[in-house]
Amino acid sequence: MSKNPLYDIPHQILQAAFKVGVESDESKRSATYFQIDHSKVLAAVNEYYKGKVEVLSMIDALKKHDWLKGYLWRLIPPDKDEYTRRVEEAFGGGYFIRIMPGARVDLPLQTCLMIAKEGFEQAIHNIIIAEENSDAHIITGCTLHPHIHSGLHIGVSEFFIKKGAKLSFTMIHSWNVGTVVKPRSAILIEEGGVFISNYICLNPVKEVQAYPVAYITGRHGIAVFNNVLYATKSSLMDIGSKVELNAPEARGESVSRVVAAGGSRIVSRGMMKADSSPVKAHLECRGLILDDSSVIHAIPELVGMKRDVDLSHEAAVGKIADHEIAYLMTRGLSREEAISTIVRGFLNVELLGLPQELTTEINALIAMLAKGM
Amino acid sequence: MKPLLEIEGLSVEVEGRQVIRDLSLVVPEGETYVIFGPNGSGKTSLLMSIMGIPPYKVVKGKILFEGKDLSDFPTDERARMGIALAFQYPPEVKGVKLKDLLKICVGKKPEEELSEDVLKLAERLRLLDLLDREVHVGFSGGERKRAEVLMVLSMKPKLLLLDEPDSGVDVESLRLIGKEIQSYLKSTGSSSIIVTHQGQVLEHIQAQKACVIFGGTVYCYREPKRIFETISEVGYKACIECMGRNL
Repeated sequence: MSKNPLYDIPHQILQAAFKVGVESDESKRSATYFQIDHSKVLAAVNEYYKGKVEVLSMIDALKKHDWLKGYLWRLIPPDKDEYTRRVEEAFGGGYFIRIMPGARVDLPLQTCLMIAKEGFEQAIHNIIIAEENSDAHIITGCTLHPHIHSGLHIGVSEFFIKKGAKLSFTMIHSWNVGTVVKPRSAILIEEGGVFISNYICLNPVKEVQAYPVAYITGRHGIAVFNNVLYATKSSLMDIGSKVELNAPEARGESVSRVVAAGGSRIVSRGMMKADSSPVKAHLECRGLILDDSSVIHAIPELVGMKRDVDLSHEAAVGKIADHEIAYLMTRGLSREEAISTIVRGFLNVELLGLPQELTTEINALIAMLAKGM
Repeated sequence: MKPLLEIEGLSVEVEGRQVIRDLSLVVPEGETYVIFGPNGSGKTSLLMSIMGIPPYKVVKGKILFEGKDLSDFPTDERARMGIALAFQYPPEVKGVKLKDLLKICVGKKPEEELSEDVLKLAERLRLLDLLDREVHVGFSGGERKRAEVLMVLSMKPKLLLLDEPDSGVDVESLRLIGKEIQSYLKSTGSSSIIVTHQGQVLEHIQAQKACVIFGGTVYCYREPKRIFETISEVGYKACIECMGRNL
């Protein structure tokens, strides 16, 4: 058996990667892409999955596939904002993932994008193509070397979910108080295509701002966004999503569970825009504010442009109910333990349908953070 | 019998409104007391005050448990001292599984397994299928009551406080919880205060004494079945007028 190429990566970097879901056991992942700053470290597909998935750095992929240029900047114009412009000007790689037609990839693919130089501006462009009738799950972790204090991460990601394809995309972010993060994502969903995004950010960050847009252009297309945020240490998290339901029978769902503490601010946005009928979409935001110095601002928007649309939203923001704390105290928990148990339960990712091991890992991370409150 | 719980001249307020007025009550070791009373009479307030739930503020008098004044102890310490309360309307605890809260009740770590005894109790209460569900989320009325009884009995309390165990519950669930509570009290010699509005629970649990609470204070101690029959026949108002205050 060949040596696991992940073990060539320095220990500290690997440890940081583990915290954002990277798995070193090759029998648990179908493919791996690892990039540090602007350098590809690893792009590998497990033997069994060769021919089912293709994983390359964008630089290599553009050399290999002439047609790939046609996908670049198709969903996001390069002049959208200063960050997309920066990616166009200072393109520093990224990954190309393609799930082949009809491929059922039962083990998750994984990617990790890491900043390892102080103050580095990581500007990357990813293309993900889920070919017709394919089915896969990607876990991507973005983080920093533990010795780094500041950085800028800009990731442009364009997803193409073709006819009948299903793609789950779980992104775990772990930054620090000196890092600014500006992901720019868009997703095109064709007939019967399903895209499920799970975004999890539980560590402090200076600022993270993301507003992925899903364009459902095919009948019966589905877009789901789940966000789990825990903001502490004066973090600013401005996270949302927009779903454009442009085909009959399209469905959209966005569920955010957010906790703000320690002078943090969370803006939880969501828009469902229906320009076809019949379509159905629901937005939900539940927020817990743990102290008076923190803010949660929920901005749900529904735009119906046809008569036969079913759009709804539900938002509830507030403190933890006193009677819930008291109830847990009657079971023997101190007030602090009761609060952290409630926060842990509130953020529990078990309902997201992630692989069991990842669910356990994320819940352990939530438990660790909730304990430190 | 030695007193386990002694309440002396207790007055309690919630947000400035008096809910318990000059109430005295002694529960000896190994005895079960039933408290009757109409809605809003102060029954639940009394249990909440014994448990030390924050909005219930003792403004006069004291509560002694095993001779110790409880006023210095927060709710969780009272729980560890051996007082357990089964709620009439327990809240949903989202994202927390019943089995994980049970582990908290018995002082186990999340990675530890529940003991055979607790699992058997869960089986007898027909709750094995609910152990992996979120606490009280989507539970029926009967499931909530059974889950509450499972948790409080697992804590092996010296004083068991039961708030309306017979309200909003199906006959089968009432029989199941009644049987388990009676068996626990009999085998451990623990004491209990059972608050009830309708009294059906008395068919399953042997109580030594009963009293009626009205307007936040105690009227009349009697043998439980006699009080229950009187209330059933003439109603609370007539019952109180007839018996008068008789402490």
